[in-house]
Amino acid sequence: MELLLLLTLFMVAVFLGVELITKVPPTLHTPLMSGSNAISGISLVGALLSAGSGAGLWVNILGFIAVVLATINVVGGYMVTNRMLAMFKRK
Amino acid sequence: MSTTIIYLAYLVAASLFILGIKGLTKPRTAVRGNQLSALGMFIAVVVTLLDQSILSYEWIIAGVLLGGTIGAVMATKIQVTAMPQMVAMLNGFGGGASLFIALANFLDPESATHTVALVSISLTVLIGAVTLSGSFVAFAKLQELISGNPIKVPGNKVLNAILLLSALGLSVAVVMDPSNTALIYALVAVAIVLGLLLVIPIGGADMPVVIALLNSYSGIAAATTGFITGNTVLIVSGSLVGASGIILTQIMCKAMNRSLFNVLFGVMAEGGETVDADEVYAGKVTSSSPEEVAMLLETAERVVIVPGYGLAMAQAQHAVRELSSVMEARGTEVLYAIHPVAGRMPGHMNVLLAEAEVPYDKLIEMDEINPQFEQTDVAIVIGANDVTNPMAREDKGSPIYGMPILNVDKARTVVVVKRSLSPGFAGLPNPLFAKDNALMLFGDGKKAIVDLTQSLKEAE
Repeated sequence: MELLLLLTLFMVAVFLGVELITKVPPTLHTPLMSGSNAISGISLVGALLSAGSGAGLWVNILGFIAVVLATINVVGGYMVTNRMLAMFKRK
Repeated sequence: MSTTIIYLAYLVAASLFILGIKGLTKPRTAVRGNQLSALGMFIAVVVTLLDQSILSYEWIIAGVLLGGTIGAVMATKIQVTAMPQMVAMLNGFGGGASLFIALANFLDPESATHTVALVSISLTVLIGAVTLSGSFVAFAKLQELISGNPIKVPGNKVLNAILLLSALGLSVAVVMDPSNTALIYALVAVAIVLGLLLVIPIGGADMPVVIALLNSYSGIAAATTGFITGNTVLIVSGSLVGASGIILTQIMCKAMNRSLFNVLFGVMAEGGETVDADEVYAGKVTSSSPEEVAMLLETAERVVIVPGYGLAMAQAQHAVRELSSVMEARGTEVLYAIHPVAGRMPGHMNVLLAEAEVPYDKLIEMDEINPQFEQTDVAIVIGANDVTNPMAREDKGSPIYGMPILNVDKARTVVVVKRSLSPGFAGLPNPLFAKDNALMLFGDGKKAIVDLTQSLKEAE
């Protein structure tokens, strides 16, 4: 049952994503990509749980690598998006 | 902190991501959208840190500090011309993060217990590893560590099919026999090779499609990671990103009039008869000089600049902006015509010109600018080739027939700034160069534009 709920959530989110992004001006194509990429860094949440779990050294090490990669993704993604949007803003 | 509160916080975070992505689709709300989404991320991370299952913080603190520093340095130091590489790399890290989370969960005896978790782990390993290695190849191509041209791998399609089938077979095997850890490492290896082989044959001009697709994969990998532990915020945000990446991929494919399959497998439409470059160009190409072009620009009322990847290569965006300023000071109207797949990633030209402080309302989309070329005195093509090739419009036998192009040949005069008559990515001669109203300004893009600006200034 829980799987069905999660699958439902997944499908609804996919449709929502498609509806949200039907018309994007080309100016925003790159910021949308880097901004949404930063959002995919949400896997950081999963990485934190593994890096801090008590399930053994290897789990922690793999979690640590995941934390590093996901944090680069999050911090780099948001900052570079912000930098690009700032360039678009000034006139 | 109780599970209910954590999940409510995740719900808030997911809502902020949705509002954030919505904001990013409009210029006026984009900055706010990005901030909302960053706030969502902050909330999701903070409540996760309060989760009772986290026993120690050493690895977490070390990882966040290291990753945060690398990310911040990359984002502030990166040259705008290197933005496609940056985006490729970030996609790869996203996929890599999901890959390592899946492996960590596989080794965690409490996590990899039921079939759903094992299926999700296998899928995440597959998609995450393909994203990681595929993005790495895209990065290497964009950074010119390896050739940006399509690299032919013999039997590419068959090989990829075999790799994909083995990966799926190994995924099933991992689920059936999770105690055999060799299986999952074999899956990682096969998926890494698959990612490499998927991107290696793809040439530079098709990079916008690849980057958008890898962006989508990085989202899907995050979503499948969510299924491992039933984490709702991962599922929602990952699928949002996956969907947005797929849509960008579609926009890019449509702008090239090619199917996703053909892009991925490097298939170009079959050309009817091969067109001989010498025949197209023989005696018909007019070479010009900066002084001559400057004289044209002196009297022009309306000029349209058509940038392509060559502009980024020559780092000529500031020189172009300077030329525009000089023309505008003389009362000439200057606009920029942007083809959707110009450059190496979606929106590449827009970012490049924004860095040179070209206002974005001067950048005109293809459908809007095309009817206006007939009222244009001079069109200046800088570092663009295939997207201006009239064969796409006129020659039914041509491999690029049907691809939407910028109708620069309709302008009174077309000035093409280019090093030589060498063909673009499609490997075709461009009859535009041989037209009566076309002038070739041979040379390095930046130097040619600087010389042109100088000549125009001296004309005062």
